[in-house]
Amino acid sequence: MSAPLLAVENLSISFPGEAGPVRVVNRVSLSIAQGETLALVGESGSGKSMTALATMRLVPKPGRIEPGTRIAFEGRNLLSLSVPDMRAVRGAGIGMIFQEPMTSLNPVTTVGEQVLEAIELHTKLPRAQARSRVIELFGLVGIPDAKRRFGAYPHQLSGGLKQRVMIAMAMAMRPRLLIADEPTTALDATIRAQILELLRDLSAKTGTAVLLITHDFGVVNEVADRVAVMYAGEIVEEGTRAELLGRPRHPYTQGLLRSIPKAEARGHRLEEIKGAVPRPGHWPTGCRFHPRCPHAFAPCAPAEPKRTTVSATQAACCHLLDRSVEP
Amino acid sequence: MSALSNAVVLLLIAGAGLVARALSRDRFWRENAVQLWRRRRAALIVVAIYLIVGLLDSISWVSAGGGALGDRPRTQIDRALVPESFDEASYSAPLASVAFYGGQPLKHPGAHLLGTDILGRDVVYRTLKGARVALLIGGLTSLVVIPIALLFGVSAGFFGKRIDDAVFFVMTVLASVPSLLLLIALIMALGRGTVQVCVALGVTGWVYFCRIARGETLKLREADFIAAARALGVREGTIIRRHILPNIAHLVIITFALSFTALVLSETILSYLGIGLDGSWGQMIDQARNELSRTPVIWWNLAGASVALFTLVLAVNMIADAMRDIIDPRTRREG
Repeated sequence: MSAPLLAVENLSISFPGEAGPVRVVNRVSLSIAQGETLALVGESGSGKSMTALATMRLVPKPGRIEPGTRIAFEGRNLLSLSVPDMRAVRGAGIGMIFQEPMTSLNPVTTVGEQVLEAIELHTKLPRAQARSRVIELFGLVGIPDAKRRFGAYPHQLSGGLKQRVMIAMAMAMRPRLLIADEPTTALDATIRAQILELLRDLSAKTGTAVLLITHDFGVVNEVADRVAVMYAGEIVEEGTRAELLGRPRHPYTQGLLRSIPKAEARGHRLEEIKGAVPRPGHWPTGCRFHPRCPHAFAPCAPAEPKRTTVSATQAACCHLLDRSVEP
Repeated sequence: MSALSNAVVLLLIAGAGLVARALSRDRFWRENAVQLWRRRRAALIVVAIYLIVGLLDSISWVSAGGGALGDRPRTQIDRALVPESFDEASYSAPLASVAFYGGQPLKHPGAHLLGTDILGRDVVYRTLKGARVALLIGGLTSLVVIPIALLFGVSAGFFGKRIDDAVFFVMTVLASVPSLLLLIALIMALGRGTVQVCVALGVTGWVYFCRIARGETLKLREADFIAAARALGVREGTIIRRHILPNIAHLVIITFALSFTALVLSETILSYLGIGLDGSWGQMIDQARNELSRTPVIWWNLAGASVALFTLVLAVNMIADAMRDIIDPRTRREG
């Protein structure tokens, strides 16, 4: 396998709290190969959005990426880039789409102008050409009647169309990596499938890798090549889609999968994971999942579990898998 | 002197034309303008009349012949009402043919629509001349206020931290000085010219709008589309120019209209204190104040100025109110 497109190593993000800094993301490592779709799954507050923002160096203040972190994009360490160099990476190298298409577009500018801005930022294309580029992009992301929509204001478009505009904007410069932060959460179920299909198509057509952040295994099942599961600021398990959905090894992943409503389980009580995600800064000792884990045993509370490889592509952080730990 | 002020006026007209042209290209503003015209036709016409009178009174030139009226530059309004030869000796009632005191026959019997004041000046003429002063106070001061307030407010809201602290400190200090006192002090220090009074009003008046601009920027800074712009690699300066400023443009317009009327009204207070502008409606009202105790009452002086003032303020307020309804996204009908 060649060098990955994006390699995040040891990413820790902390926010100042009343009693010292609070780590919301703890030593997360992940990598994405060219053209691959990695789904980052986790409950709200698990640090998945922060991880995504960190790869753009857009962690909101006063949060900061802790030293020791390395984020390599196409072999360059993004954390050591100058501000103008980083700006060039944003948009041109890495594109991003957000959860709320309703508020992610400037309400007083036409959507065409906004996509145009994205193109003009990174190229010296003449205006007329950039304009036809935008209309072409609108066609690519499946906006019907693209020419007329160029002059539309965001409030004149539906949520699905707005998300398509956002995707057009993020894809305007053909970035090698597209970060999609819960792109379908705010959309209707029917639109959701269309947008996911569009993302899959675009990724296949342009060879763009996708980092998809979601809490929805339905979404994972539809688009992901590989999956990483986050819990309480850490990655607890990763593997290919088939491995994770078929043979999850970490109790948290297993619990998540069991809590999905299924047709054959109709009439039965839906299983849930007991308890709630601990608040940042109030992490349990040892394995952060142990207070909620149905399989917790002696070493879980005192010792942090090591990352254990299960196959060439699957790994999980759990004492149950670690042969060196005696039950 | 008159050449300079003529040039300034012509430049202003040209500038306003350019701004209007630029705005008319944008559908958002074009639609809003159409809506405004539909809802507030009368008010717009009234303001337009005031503007025309004010502009006609701002461009002056020396008559080719010179003649009996001397060779000083005169405006179209001066020419139309020919004041020098139009004056009477002192008070005369509207359309009277004899003077108010003494009963001597007037030079122009029945010609003074609103009578004359204590110096025999025609009240209609003085009222019309007051339009220019009022527009200057409102317009010029707003031109001082809005850039200052925008600069400080937006940078305080956007960059926060030290800049915000500094701007807020200045605002707090200014807000804790009684503004009338500060105003009088500034006018005493700067002198009593039109520009000086406008600057003084501006320096004391920018705090209110600055606070609005800061608050709105603070809110917008956290907006998703600002985050999206950052994720596209947009510079901070460009974010302010393309995303923050257009989103507070409606506030600028509404604040302009509201502060305009507040300023025109506050000039009457300055006139009452004896530091108003020469030829303003405030001065006319102040002079008329002494006459109200007479019997029969001399009301026309007061009436001319206050009706003119009231009409302008009402019209602008109505436009501002309609504009707020039209532009504010929370009250705008979705189209």
